Amino acid sequence: MIDLAREVIASLLLFIGAALMLLAAVGAIRLPDLLTRMHATTKAGALGAALTIAGAAVHFADPGVTARAAAVIAFIFLTAPVAAHLIGRAGYFVGVPLWKGTIKDELKPHYDAGNHSLRSGLEERPSDDE
Amino acid sequence: MLEITLTLVFGMLCLAMALAFIRLVKGPMLPNRVVALELIASIVVGFIAAYSVLTGVDDFIDVAIVMALLAFLAAIGFARYLERGGPRDD
Repeated sequence: MIDLAREVIASLLLFIGAALMLLAAVGAIRLPDLLTRMHATTKAGALGAALTIAGAAVHFADPGVTARAAAVIAFIFLTAPVAAHLIGRAGYFVGVPLWKGTIKDELKPHYDAGNHSLRSGLEERPSDDE
Repeated sequence: MLEITLTLVFGMLCLAMALAFIRLVKGPMLPNRVVALELIASIVVGFIAAYSVLTGVDDFIDVAIVMALLAFLAAIGFARYLERGGPRDD
């Protein structure tokens, strides 16, 4: 009974994880520009990898394997947003064109491509401390 | 049940790998290729998990740790390399 439940849960986790990674790859192919592609691959890819690892942990049902699987999942969830942020930032700065249907580019008025500087828009405001 | 699921999982991961590889080849610019590389690393982590379930060898989970670490370092390195280079047109 327990073995059957374990097998079903492990199968479901592996299947959902692989399906999410397939969705991420379809998004990487179909979506029009860098940022929308990253929107598909980062979130679905990280969750898919985490779910397949969790499926392996459920399949083995061993404390050592579960601890290592938890380490992998924690590492993926810590690093995926950081890596995506850095690539998106670098992509914007090197001038990757945005999709022609983009309706708002909030960074554009704050970024000077000539000397590679960012402004927050709050520099000229008088400080409130005095 | 697990055998059928594993067959499906390997099929879907192969398809995902092929699609990510198409994006890696097509580009059109280096950041797009980096995104495809990172997706391929995620897919390889999924492959390793499915393969360790298939073979029953739990030590392969350690390989997944190394793979995730390498993908992260590669992404950081590419991002720094890109940002140092300034605006580019390729």
